[in-house]
Amino acid sequence: MANNQHAAPAPVGGSLVNAVTLTCGVLIALMVAILAVRFLFGLGAVTALNDGYPWGIWIVVDVVIGTAFACGGFSVAMLVYIFNRGEYHPLVRPALLASLFGYTLAGAGVIFDLGRWWNVWNMFWPGSINPNSVMFEVAMCISLYIVVMWIEFSPVVLEQLGKDDARRKVGKAMFFIIALGTVLPMMHQSSLGTLLVVMGYQIHPLWQTPLQPALYLLTAITMGYAVVLFESCVASSAYRRKIEMHMLTPMAKVMLGFLAVYLLIRIGDLLVRGALSQAFVPSVEALSFWLEMACFIAPLILIGAESNRRNPAKLFLAGILLMLGGALLRLNGFLIGYETGDGFSYFPTLAEVLVTAGMFAIEVLGYIIITRRFPVLPREEATH
Amino acid sequence: MGTRRDFLKGVLASGAAVTACVAAVPAAARETRPRPPEALGLLYDATLCVGCKACVAACKEANNNPPEFSTVDHLWDTPLDTSGHTFNIIKMYRNGTMEVKDQEKNGYAFMKTSCMHCGDPSCVSACPVSAMTKDPVTGVVGYNPDKCIGCRYCVAACPFGIPKYQYDSPTGRIGKCELCRHRTKDGHYSACAEVCPTGATLYGKTSDLLAEAKRRIALKPGTRTTYPRGKVGGPDQSYEAPVGNYLQHVYGEKEYGGTQVLKLSGVNFAKVGMPDLPPDAAAALSETIQHTLYANLIMPFAVLGAMTYVAKRNVKPDDASTDKEGS
Repeated sequence: MANNQHAAPAPVGGSLVNAVTLTCGVLIALMVAILAVRFLFGLGAVTALNDGYPWGIWIVVDVVIGTAFACGGFSVAMLVYIFNRGEYHPLVRPALLASLFGYTLAGAGVIFDLGRWWNVWNMFWPGSINPNSVMFEVAMCISLYIVVMWIEFSPVVLEQLGKDDARRKVGKAMFFIIALGTVLPMMHQSSLGTLLVVMGYQIHPLWQTPLQPALYLLTAITMGYAVVLFESCVASSAYRRKIEMHMLTPMAKVMLGFLAVYLLIRIGDLLVRGALSQAFVPSVEALSFWLEMACFIAPLILIGAESNRRNPAKLFLAGILLMLGGALLRLNGFLIGYETGDGFSYFPTLAEVLVTAGMFAIEVLGYIIITRRFPVLPREEATH
Repeated sequence: MGTRRDFLKGVLASGAAVTACVAAVPAAARETRPRPPEALGLLYDATLCVGCKACVAACKEANNNPPEFSTVDHLWDTPLDTSGHTFNIIKMYRNGTMEVKDQEKNGYAFMKTSCMHCGDPSCVSACPVSAMTKDPVTGVVGYNPDKCIGCRYCVAACPFGIPKYQYDSPTGRIGKCELCRHRTKDGHYSACAEVCPTGATLYGKTSDLLAEAKRRIALKPGTRTTYPRGKVGGPDQSYEAPVGNYLQHVYGEKEYGGTQVLKLSGVNFAKVGMPDLPPDAAAALSETIQHTLYANLIMPFAVLGAMTYVAKRNVKPDDASTDKEGS
């Protein structure tokens, strides 16, 4: 069995009360307070949303960017199970955990932003659904994917609870769950880009293209690997564990492959549509475009050489750059490059930022609690 | 090494599946939809508008909307733009000395802002729960708050910035003109057209309104002609007035495949707030992409099949238990 070479996952152990978890607790408490105001008095009471910018950071950061950050589970599972690279197996559980949190929270977070949230069941009601709507497709796939990911992760919980029978049963169907877990994110990560198409001229030409689905899917996969690089580095430094360079170095190469394909399509599309000239017009949009492109191109230079991919600091930096690049592509398309007419502006309020921070705090806190108490991270050599 | 061969197999299987599906999916290109033949709408003629805003007040009353204030004394309804509580407004264009009406330089002009009732509306395509719908006969774009989830995708999608949300309420709705469809059963029609003293806003079948618009722009500026008021084909309320200095452009005839509200102006439409739109609706492109990728779910299922096949080979049935013993 290929997997026998790896250290089995085991709980990290240790205290759950420390500066990081306490900070997370405070941020979560603030978020709850702000949300109480939002649900009692409406979106206008806490957000800077307006009819020129009906979507703010709760949608663009928490959902559109947040779920792309949560593509680590999908990207790694695809590498391990579809491309049969068993050597990356120890990365699956931690990546899946982060994805599980990212998606579950994005799904829950959408409710905060829905102006008429009590009607949300219509999204699944056959008499109401609109299959022409890109958002309908996104919502269905994300909802289904959250369920699929919980099933994918259930062996971890069942293992800790000692329910071996149930675990074996889930294990038998796991191949199908994993297949679903690769198709569903392909569907909705691409559609998150297609959301922009119907907005037409209101999206700046640098970000409005019919190739939206390809661009968003490729960057979501790239960001998935980038997030795994980031998480592995942070987890090994925070838990004082050995960094998993033997897996991260070759994985980074796969990531650069996806990145190269993305850049070819992105630049090709800009040239074919004749939109590239817009990048040389002095404007906020052009500046943000170059920032975005720099974040995508720099990692090619930084870790293009095999020797540089063995350097954890460079891998970490490349991971952060790609996460930023993907985030900027989305921020640019949905907010900076969105212009619906004169007289509107949007900058998030402190309350909006605190809710987004609270969502990330839940993710960090959940990651800490689960990795310390459940078998997610590979057992350290020293503990053998 | 087995892994490399399997890796290639994985790549090939998924690649082949995707290619096969893209090739198998029939061209699902969805053309821009034209207006329905019996479509109802409005014709707004900026050269006839005197800026009295009777239509703004009538719209408020017909839709039970509260006043909105922009002055310190809060005495009169003075909205500056359409909103979740204001579905119709007359805006003013000013330039230089503002001497001549309907003139771009040193002139001024009025423009009505309200729903254009697109032939192929972006808001209807965007709405995930069919709360925004287009009547198949009248073509009126209506809103159903009992289905609406308040996601505001319609607000983001509309090229005219028409659907607006009530951010000031915990139960806020989307607000937009529905062409007074709730008043037709008592024999009424759009309140804005009913009250318009000059016939600047005229109600009727869009085909009739388009013919009327074309008649007007074909006339010689300054000559006199008859202008109907209220409703085309309704009781005769017409009067005679001089022909305005029209642009040779009926806004809404071709924009986004055609809208049911049409506009005439003496000043460039982009200058008075009407965007320059292509003849194809964004909804058609968006739905073409969606229905190419998801036609009958053929492609997702084929990819799922390929993934299941590959995963079945690569996932050991007791994958999880092996690594438990692994240490």
